Amino acid sequence: MLDIFSIPLPALFGQLLLGLINGAFYAMLSLGLAVIFGMLNVINFTHGAQYMLGAFAAWLMLTNLSIPFWASLVLAPLIVGLFGIVIERLFLKRIYHLDHLYGFLLTFGMALVIEGLFQWRWGSSGAPYPAPIPGGYNLGFMFMPAYRGFVVLAALVICLATWYGIERTRLGAYLRAATENPTLVRAFGINVPLLITLTYGLGVGLAALAGVLAAPIQQVSALMGSNLVLVVFAVVVIGGMGSIMGSIITGFGLGLIEGFTKVVYPPASNTVIFVVMAIVLMVKPAGLFGQTK
Amino acid sequence: MKSQRYMVAAVLIVLALIAPMLVYPVFLMTALCFALFACAFNLLLGYAGLMSFGHAMFFGMGGYFFGHVVKAMGLPPEAGLIAGVGGAALLGLVTGALAIRRQGIYFAMITLAFAQMVYFFCVQAPFTHGEDGLQGIPRRALLGGLIPIENDLVLYYVVLAIFLFGFAAIYRFTHSPFGQVLKAIRDNEQRAQSLGYEADRYKLLAFVLSAALAGLAGATKAMVLQFATLTDVSAAMSGEVVLMALVGGLGTNTGPVLGAFVIVAMQNYFASFGEFVLVIQGAIFVVIVMAFRKGLVGEIGDWLKARRKAS
Amino acid sequence: MHDRLLKVENLEAWYGESHILHGVGFEISRGELVTLLGRNGAGKTTTLRSIMGIVGRRKGSVRFDNQETVGRTSDSIARLGIAYCPEERGIFSSLSVEENLLLPPVVKPGGMGIKEIYSLFPNLEERRRSQGTKLSGGEQQMLAIGRILRTGANLLLLDEPTEGLAPVIVQRIGEIVRQLKQRGFTILLVEQNFHFAATVADRHYVMEDGRVVDMIAAADVAQSIDKLQTYLGV
Repeated sequence: MLDIFSIPLPALFGQLLLGLINGAFYAMLSLGLAVIFGMLNVINFTHGAQYMLGAFAAWLMLTNLSIPFWASLVLAPLIVGLFGIVIERLFLKRIYHLDHLYGFLLTFGMALVIEGLFQWRWGSSGAPYPAPIPGGYNLGFMFMPAYRGFVVLAALVICLATWYGIERTRLGAYLRAATENPTLVRAFGINVPLLITLTYGLGVGLAALAGVLAAPIQQVSALMGSNLVLVVFAVVVIGGMGSIMGSIITGFGLGLIEGFTKVVYPPASNTVIFVVMAIVLMVKPAGLFGQTK
Repeated sequence: MKSQRYMVAAVLIVLALIAPMLVYPVFLMTALCFALFACAFNLLLGYAGLMSFGHAMFFGMGGYFFGHVVKAMGLPPEAGLIAGVGGAALLGLVTGALAIRRQGIYFAMITLAFAQMVYFFCVQAPFTHGEDGLQGIPRRALLGGLIPIENDLVLYYVVLAIFLFGFAAIYRFTHSPFGQVLKAIRDNEQRAQSLGYEADRYKLLAFVLSAALAGLAGATKAMVLQFATLTDVSAAMSGEVVLMALVGGLGTNTGPVLGAFVIVAMQNYFASFGEFVLVIQGAIFVVIVMAFRKGLVGEIGDWLKARRKAS
Repeated sequence: MHDRLLKVENLEAWYGESHILHGVGFEISRGELVTLLGRNGAGKTTTLRSIMGIVGRRKGSVRFDNQETVGRTSDSIARLGIAYCPEERGIFSSLSVEENLLLPPVVKPGGMGIKEIYSLFPNLEERRRSQGTKLSGGEQQMLAIGRILRTGANLLLLDEPTEGLAPVIVQRIGEIVRQLKQRGFTILLVEQNFHFAATVADRHYVMEDGRVVDMIAAADVAQSIDKLQTYLGV
């Protein structure tokens, strides 16, 4: 184990910032997955593909319609969210009565179709997306690219806004109640099926929003979501999907742990999150913030 | 009814014996390996009710262990097969012990995550040769020279024997008292536990057995095709075996075999289409989940039953 | 405006394969408080759930305010003006007391305001920020009743509101139910506790094996006490 103080600070903080950025994406994506799972009881394997769709939408809008990043940030989630709503109405709605595994299989199949189509049309090498905020700041102990700093802040705002929307508003109360007892909520006169559809749209929109934010950081490619989604699953198992705040904390935390591992023991950085998952499974199987139902 | 079953089995066995005269043996052998893989997966799902989404780790590692033992260590293929089975079983024991702690969807995600760990390990470990994979695994005769498997035709019958052995093992297992307990646990775990059965032990045993057979399938495939690569431990491969079992019919004995043949044939047919194969596979997943959940064997079985009733 | 607010005819209901209701029939006039009595398993709760539209399958006729409800979804039935207070109370643990109270949407004008509800249940106001399920059994029952008063629904379905509660609380609930009747609510009450039911109801229907077998008006209760005891198995 390297002595932490013998690592040059810029390298350490550089990796920690990278870890924080990754964590921001883990948080946004596991949040979307948790919200969808809570209401629909479906593990949305398509989440990675929908993240990719958000990035692609931004890229396509830029290259074909000259629509700038800031507009894409609003438009892409709406477009992809709408697409998600169509998926829910056409497919997901019809399999709720089945075992949850079928939802997993269905969304897995849809992810293959979407990623396969994009891969077939655009190949698997990525396209660059120009950073909307160029340059950066020299903080002395490290150099911080301006856009990346923005991403972390934006992600925090998005996560906290989602938390607030669910935990502190009337609509959020409908969502929480419908997650607990959809039959009773419907018997009070609330259109629960519509609520479910909108919730899926919200989760998908969150994924797409993450995708737009990611476009300037990583190459926009058909497979950008497929590896990420597997890590996010591990994040979600660790966090436990019990609470919104839990998903956020777990996402950011694991990103930081991953960044830290990259500095002190690089070969393990790919797998450290899975190792943490194994440990959590041994010690607290329901997840850090989970409740055994 | 039973005599009808025996007749069908007899016809199948005859077909299996003469198949290499009609169809390219390497295709048949590949399909048989995947059929065994799919059966091993189905054992866990159909009887223990656990869907593993990371089964490629056992299949792929079985191949890597075989390749390493035969190529790097120069040992005979029997040793390679044993290494494949044993290594996969050990991996199954370690991952299973942890994965069993959750059920249903969480179990699937955990197996997926473990498989990713194994994948990343294989990317970096020297003995797998990373992106290049283990190439050029030599084919040496079995039983000290008695069975010359360098010949594709001879190898076919050996692979057929391995497949039948695995299939028979699964059959024996599921029809044993052990298998009955497992089914009881799958149907109502609490009840079974109140009757004194330690559900976790039974599930773990099924998991290890499934892993071992998947390892056997992977090792055999490495023996046939003479290479083991990262694709064999990838998440895509895990998804593919699920697809095979799904297409054939989850929880049926013969479904996975049929599913494997269909998917391997499809891979060959669509090989020139490149990535479009993924789209087709994904579309098949969607169509089956939405409309043909019982898979080929299940739906055909239902159709035959309906016809019998009508007449 | 119909005098007969609820008319149930030949109502049959299934949970999956189980045929629970075999042709239930009764009616309730505007402003009445009517009870469904019977032993465990007679089908009382299933009847309430069938009216609300939350059983597996229904057949027959349930007319509310002269509108047919069999075939409608439960949310559209709620929006006609029927509110349901389930046996298990259904307090949401992920919501605070006040959020629980404010959850059911207003479906018609004329519902009670939140301040009115708090004046009826002052202890709920005290605990309004607490998590819904942290309340005692009696308080949760008050919350379950209170939250459906805001909606403007005029037919209330109450399923065993006194079950498992201390006599003091049962008395309080009886007062509240009588007050609600005075305010003009029409109430269908399912009760095992006959003594409680007798203090509030205008009429009693007796159920057995998924059918209504008898109807006893409040005035005739004293003479029918033996009959009732046989029905209820006490």
